[in-house]
Amino acid sequence: MKQLLQLLENDCTLTPAQLASMTGSTQEDVAAAIADYEKNRVILGYKAIVDWDRTHRESVTALIEVKVTPQRGDGFDRIAQRIYQYDEVESLFLMSGSFDFTVIISGRTLQEVARFVGEKLAPMEGVTGTATHFILKKYKEKHLIFPVQEEQEERFVLE
Amino acid sequence: MMDYKQILSRRIQEVPPSGIRKYFDIMAEMDDAISLGVGEPDFQTPWHIRDAGIYSLEKGFTKYTPNAGLSDLRRAICRYLKRRFDLEYQPIGQTLVTVGGSEGLDLAFRCLLEPGDEVIIPTPSFVCYGPLVSMIHGVPVYVETRVENEFRLTAEELKAAITPRTKILVLPFPNNPTGGIMHREDLEALAEVLRGTNIMVVSDEIYAELTYGQHHVSMANIPDMYERTIVINGFSKAYSMTGWRMGYVCGPKELIAAMTKLHQYGIMSAPTTSQYAAIEAMEHGDRDIEEMKQEYDGRRRFLVDGFRKLGLDCFEPRGAFYVFPCIRSTGLSSEEFCDRFLEQEHVAVIPGNAFGPGGEGFVRACYAASMKNLTEALNRLERFLGTL
Repeated sequence: MKQLLQLLENDCTLTPAQLASMTGSTQEDVAAAIADYEKNRVILGYKAIVDWDRTHRESVTALIEVKVTPQRGDGFDRIAQRIYQYDEVESLFLMSGSFDFTVIISGRTLQEVARFVGEKLAPMEGVTGTATHFILKKYKEKHLIFPVQEEQEERFVLE
Repeated sequence: MMDYKQILSRRIQEVPPSGIRKYFDIMAEMDDAISLGVGEPDFQTPWHIRDAGIYSLEKGFTKYTPNAGLSDLRRAICRYLKRRFDLEYQPIGQTLVTVGGSEGLDLAFRCLLEPGDEVIIPTPSFVCYGPLVSMIHGVPVYVETRVENEFRLTAEELKAAITPRTKILVLPFPNNPTGGIMHREDLEALAEVLRGTNIMVVSDEIYAELTYGQHHVSMANIPDMYERTIVINGFSKAYSMTGWRMGYVCGPKELIAAMTKLHQYGIMSAPTTSQYAAIEAMEHGDRDIEEMKQEYDGRRRFLVDGFRKLGLDCFEPRGAFYVFPCIRSTGLSSEEFCDRFLEQEHVAVIPGNAFGPGGEGFVRACYAASMKNLTEALNRLERFLGTL
């Protein structure tokens, strides 16, 4: 059922009926497999990728490099938990290299993001430094391209 | 006033225009039309391949290449054929890079046929074989393959079509439009018929990478058949490179030499940029093929399933990217079906009879389309069948 996961990762709007056809199994089997994946947290959720720049809503995203002091016994996990609990935090990754965490946060305005970093993240116990990079333009996310792609003239057109 | 009817060659006037064309002309007028008509991958060429083409331009590689193609490309083609299909060809002498598989077909016919020579063409099949043969005064002999035989060509059918004038057998497998493929034992049965004759095989293997469940076998893999087989292949379908116009031909030295001679006069050399991109495809493109194939396979099952659920008999295609459902149960001819389906529901599929004898009663739908479009096409088909 690895194929099922690949299909869903690519397009989670496919229905159980479509998935059953595509994988050559039954709707019941597909539904059961999905339920199982959800229960075991293999599938965490389903979301739309939104280009907010095409709407009237303001949106600011920042990538923050965070250095921390790992804690005895808990390593990075405890401090990670303290960070990801914030709603503003979109993604959190533990990194190899010159800093420890990448935090991706989004807010309505630059101030909102700055306030979060200044008031919540930087002063947090164990955090020894942050570097905030604001995202200026999104080109691609999760294999989806943001700018409209120019289309080539088709082979069959009225002549 | 010039009378062009008098001026144009009789031959070209006799060649009928492609039956596929009118559907696209009608479709261009509709803004919600869905096309399952075009036989073209819906993927873009993978970026690393495009990038290799661009890089060759940056380096200033804009001149002609050797007539038979860049030697690096020919070597890459031979390594690829060995790796993926267990075919052994020499890069120098046995390999010619062409402008798409189509040029290879044209060259093969021109280099082999005398006026009046017959070419056995299993149908339904791609529309170009007959006209290319007719243009050089050859005689196409169409042999209908049957759905009962999974659209394979049988030894009996071949035997019945052979005459003293038979020069070439075209093997268009994996087949467009039926999705039929030839298994090793099917080819061995044909080989038995061909042994001891002078009949050459032109094997159009452009869909060789797109088989589902079983691996493609070439006629050149069959004992004694190597010496009489011309393998035609290309990059369009396997790597989604239709616009690059890249194909190749492999075969016995004497034939490739003749074809290279003709190619050198008519074409000079295949496009240089495309050749550099093609090297990248052959050397680093195996994964792209697997990914695209997996994607096609899901859509293939979905569309076959969809047609069957709507009550249309549908042979399970084993290759290429088409399904070829039977529409006889609707009481309509293939053309009526396609005309009305397009007019009422704005979905283009191609009438089976456009692909030669044996195609009547079927339509071709291409599943190189998004799942969204395939789903919507099936919804519209359900509505359409309800009105019949």
